[in-house]
Amino acid sequence: MTTLASGSPATPVTGPPARFRDLLASEWIKVRSLRSTPWTVGLTLLFVVGSAAVATLADKAAGSGPAEFLPFDAYPAAGYWTLMLVAGSMGALTVVSEYSSGLIRTTTVAVPARGSVVLAKSAITGALWAAVGTVASTGSFLVSQAILDGHHAGVPITHPGVFRALVASALLAPVCALVGLGLGVLLRHAAGTMVTSVFTLLMLPTMFSETDRWSADVKHALVAGAWNRLVQTWEPEPASLGYTATVPGSWIVYALWPLITIALAVLVVRRRDV
Amino acid sequence: MAPCPDGGPLGSVGAVIEVSELTKRYGGKTAVDHLSFTVRPGQVTGFLGPNGAGKSTTLRMILGLDAPTTGAATVSGVPFHRHPRGLRHVGALLDAGQIHGGRSAAAHLSALARSNGIPRRRVDEVLQEVGLAEVANRRIGGFSLGMKQRLGIATALLGDPPVLMFDEPVNGMDPEGVLWVRRLFRRLAAEGRTVFLSSHLMSEMENTADQLVVIGRGRLVAAEPLRDFAVRGTRRSVAVATPQAAELAAVLTAAGAFVEPEGSVGAGKLAVTGLTADRIGALAFENGVRLDELTPRSASLEAAFMELTADSVEYLAGESR
Repeated sequence: MTTLASGSPATPVTGPPARFRDLLASEWIKVRSLRSTPWTVGLTLLFVVGSAAVATLADKAAGSGPAEFLPFDAYPAAGYWTLMLVAGSMGALTVVSEYSSGLIRTTTVAVPARGSVVLAKSAITGALWAAVGTVASTGSFLVSQAILDGHHAGVPITHPGVFRALVASALLAPVCALVGLGLGVLLRHAAGTMVTSVFTLLMLPTMFSETDRWSADVKHALVAGAWNRLVQTWEPEPASLGYTATVPGSWIVYALWPLITIALAVLVVRRRDV
Repeated sequence: MAPCPDGGPLGSVGAVIEVSELTKRYGGKTAVDHLSFTVRPGQVTGFLGPNGAGKSTTLRMILGLDAPTTGAATVSGVPFHRHPRGLRHVGALLDAGQIHGGRSAAAHLSALARSNGIPRRRVDEVLQEVGLAEVANRRIGGFSLGMKQRLGIATALLGDPPVLMFDEPVNGMDPEGVLWVRRLFRRLAAEGRTVFLSSHLMSEMENTADQLVVIGRGRLVAAEPLRDFAVRGTRRSVAVATPQAAELAAVLTAAGAFVEPEGSVGAGKLAVTGLTADRIGALAFENGVRLDELTPRSASLEAAFMELTADSVEYLAGESR
């Protein structure tokens, strides 16, 4: 962003310097002041942790099967795909609601540095959903372990891959929220953004299988595919016919999706009419 | 209003909106066409034009929301979008609906104030100023249009800026609100601020504006003091009623006037332009014509506005052929 030419005689007002943390505080006020925020977060947490409890209770093999599969009970697809859906939608809503109401114009007159606004929104949305994801993931793990302990089949967090699964599940929410936010800036249209983010995050992964190399590559390059790999605490069997993603590759996928969508959003928002 | 801590808008000699050769095209449609004008501090400048004339597009370009196709707009000598934070430079109300209905007025203003490093107490001050202090914590979604307009004005005042822009600010306001807002605009101008006010209603300007910028079909029609505009725009006409209409019409036409019958046929009413009422009276007397009515019509702003913008429309339609 070009800054104001210093010492311009025509500039009448010298306020305090433009600080990014003021933008963060401003975006936090916006998030905090909506009644829907605590409700959405609360209900989502309840559902995700609840789904972990249900999945673990339903695991009849618990105690007889190999311990590697047990931590997986804490992260059932039903709960975590819902988390992806909610986080993606809420991330998108933070910007789409401004575009559909026109509030974005008020915001842009207040802060003409449009890229900074997108970055501040991303930081607040990312932080909020990282917190929600951490509570969801830790809660899922603890609830699941409490149930497994009842069968004397608990798996400690120090077990290989267990901590990785917990972190990957915690980060799933902010990754999806940021992808949703980036798509929201790019598309602006409420319904279009919702459909696109649900399609990209949830529908697209189901289209591809792991039996063909190319198809597996596409699947592994998607957020849901990366999460699947990261929560698997067991290593793939060498004789397996399917292709398995690598763990570092999956972390890279996690990082690239939000980075690319937000970077595109910042680029586009600076060039486009508001 | 709180005085600005660092000398404020009163010391801002250069708080000028400068629009030069501004053009905006959407596909094949030209919304704003080589528009140039200047808006100066210490006055209320009205921005007039019929619906679709390009007023809002122009305001958006001044505020850096839309990029001009060609030309430039500056505020205080700087393109507005160059400011990292805007509220202390320009306050704007573009559309009262540009809010999130789920937030309270206080939260809405707090978020905006915080983004510009404006202290929280300023939010209470502007809410007080616009008369929304009592509903500060109610959800904006339940506000009437008039209340939303007041909130939009509060937003514009938040940064105590030297330049203020309002797009159709009195829409939806009750008569008391309209009076309040007029006094507010006058006061802001008297404080040395630049006040730029768009409307499609000439009558609104009549009571508020010192200067006018009139556009039609995206082109400049007039930029001058309100008084000059009223005088220049309308040909002065005189209403005449007489039982000898045909006779009088012949006499006046011979004297170089333009005569049009008014009302129903045979009602004996004429509208005369090109002669003063005195002259018409004298000519009638000399020719033995009885007059029942002889009324000079003063130039009305509304008529001037209609006439000028209609001209611009005809001009454009003719040109495009």
